[in-house]
Amino acid sequence: MSTTLLVVQILNGLQLGVLLFLIAAGLTLVFGVMDFINLAHGVQYMLGAYLAVAFYGVTGNFLAALVLALAAALAFGLLLEFVVFRQLYGRDHLDHVIATFGIILFLNHGVKMIWGAAPLSLPMPELLSGSVRLADGLLYPVWRLVVIAAGLAVAAALYVLVAHTRIGMLVRAGATNAAMVSALGVDIRRLFMIVFGFGAMLAGFAGIMIAPILSVEPGMGDTVLILAFVVIVIGGIGSIRGAFLAALLIGLVDTLGRSFAVDILRLVMGPSPARTVGPAIASMLIYLLMAVVLYVRPTGLFPARGR
Amino acid sequence: MVQVSSASTAPTPAQARGTLAAEALPLGIFLVLAVLPLVALSMGGSYLVSLGARVMIFAIAAVALDLLVGYGGLISFGHAAFIGLGAYAVGILAAHGIGDALIALPAALALSALYAFLTGIVCLRTSGVYFIMITLAFGQMAFFTATSLAPYGGDDGLTIAARSTFAGLALIKNERAFYYLVFACLLGSYLFCRALVVSRFGRVLRGAKDNPLRMAAIGFNVYRFQLAAYVIAGTLGGLSGFLLANATEFVSPAYMSWQRSGELIVMVLLGGLGTLNGAIIGTAAYLLTEEWLSGFTENWKVIFGPVLVLVVLFARGGLIGLWSELQRRLRGG
Repeated sequence: MSTTLLVVQILNGLQLGVLLFLIAAGLTLVFGVMDFINLAHGVQYMLGAYLAVAFYGVTGNFLAALVLALAAALAFGLLLEFVVFRQLYGRDHLDHVIATFGIILFLNHGVKMIWGAAPLSLPMPELLSGSVRLADGLLYPVWRLVVIAAGLAVAAALYVLVAHTRIGMLVRAGATNAAMVSALGVDIRRLFMIVFGFGAMLAGFAGIMIAPILSVEPGMGDTVLILAFVVIVIGGIGSIRGAFLAALLIGLVDTLGRSFAVDILRLVMGPSPARTVGPAIASMLIYLLMAVVLYVRPTGLFPARGR
Repeated sequence: MVQVSSASTAPTPAQARGTLAAEALPLGIFLVLAVLPLVALSMGGSYLVSLGARVMIFAIAAVALDLLVGYGGLISFGHAAFIGLGAYAVGILAAHGIGDALIALPAALALSALYAFLTGIVCLRTSGVYFIMITLAFGQMAFFTATSLAPYGGDDGLTIAARSTFAGLALIKNERAFYYLVFACLLGSYLFCRALVVSRFGRVLRGAKDNPLRMAAIGFNVYRFQLAAYVIAGTLGGLSGFLLANATEFVSPAYMSWQRSGELIVMVLLGGLGTLNGAIIGTAAYLLTEEWLSGFTENWKVIFGPVLVLVVLFARGGLIGLWSELQRRLRGG
């Protein structure tokens, strides 16, 4: 394994990591503040990508599509909250699981009916479509760097928002003890709605940013949703900081595992068994990591205080 | 809570008549299932027989899941993994020329039991929402492992040459014989789970659902009871997988996708949680609805998804709950 390949794969891992963070942040906030399990968070990521493709088709401009799709993702998140989720706060977790599972079925097949089952693609902005030379013989696509930068910027903004603003203070207070916040005269329903809409928008943003690299297809949110679950479980539910670190960890472990598992196994076994066992081990790696973390710390690495 | 447990553990004389009525439902279910092939084959259709077998195969897994979710309060979102493991045990052994159930069945049960034990050790250290997500993640782990098994078909799955033989005899080659094997398995699983639920073991399990802390204070090691329940449910899932592989003569990673796990929870919930009968009725309702709606449109889940939301919002007891509500109204109670 050459150094160049290692650097490229580390960058790819970072890119997967920040993507997972964008999704996991909303998921962990919604759960932390509202005690609500939203399986439909993954389809909001998918919807972001589809909306961007649709708006690009209308405007022909990536930036316009980005802004419009973000607004639409936010509006859709608020609509879902208002119509369905609002009725479910305080209910059993099983009810959350079933209702949001129903929404997944509806949206996954809904987009298939509207846009067809074939994968769509979103062209990336002309200016950012090239590759950049990071070192001798090391070319890396600019767009992937943009995704990493955007993810890190969002993480920084979220940190400031949650740690240093009034609304962030309410969110943290809500995650610790929602009933007390409500008793102190804060409109908890409005807070819930803001957090939910914001989370939906972040997931949509992740979908839009990744759409130029991945194909946009029904069900694209499902895999990411489960990775995001692994992330928030490892990071500690309700903790943004935990989600950030766990997302980068998972992104790196998964990407590096997939690239190098066969090579590493070759050190201890023949090339043929290594080629068979390698991919299987690589795909199990993050789940094993999760199992080990939970065995040692059942509430994750950075559990939110107060729960 | 108190009412539920007293009704199913120690029926008072006043409830005796109610118990008889309660027994009518499972009796009716199994009676219908028992005569289905006779009626269907006399009308010349083997389609109904294989559909019935399919319903019963998933019902075994659903009954086992009801044991966990309905009685143990353990919302396992990775139950399909056990079906997949059982099916893969059959498929992989068959690929190596071992097609006998006397080896394949114990292998399927042992594999799923082992997986349940190993993942259960970790999963059950957590609770609540963590448990849901971790079982989901372990289910995905099994799924992705299956997709990366290139020698056994990988993503595409694996065709099985013939149904399992029993000591060399092709006992279940016949559709009707296979149907009755599945029927016997479902009946056995159902009776076993029922006995389990009312036993001391079942009472500890239900107690732990209501208040694990109190159960621990009384002196029960709740973790061990839950782990045992998890392994039992997983093993029954493996049985379901063994039968599914034989029914379709095909094994694929899709058997253990997380959507499948979600569907299993839906089946249990649709029938009515914590009733065991409900799991069978719910499975039948789900699979027949699928069969019916998919006749109209390929995207039948666009209709079914919102129905699920409505069920959660307005019909929390599932079909069994609706039924008892109806009975209550008829009696004017």
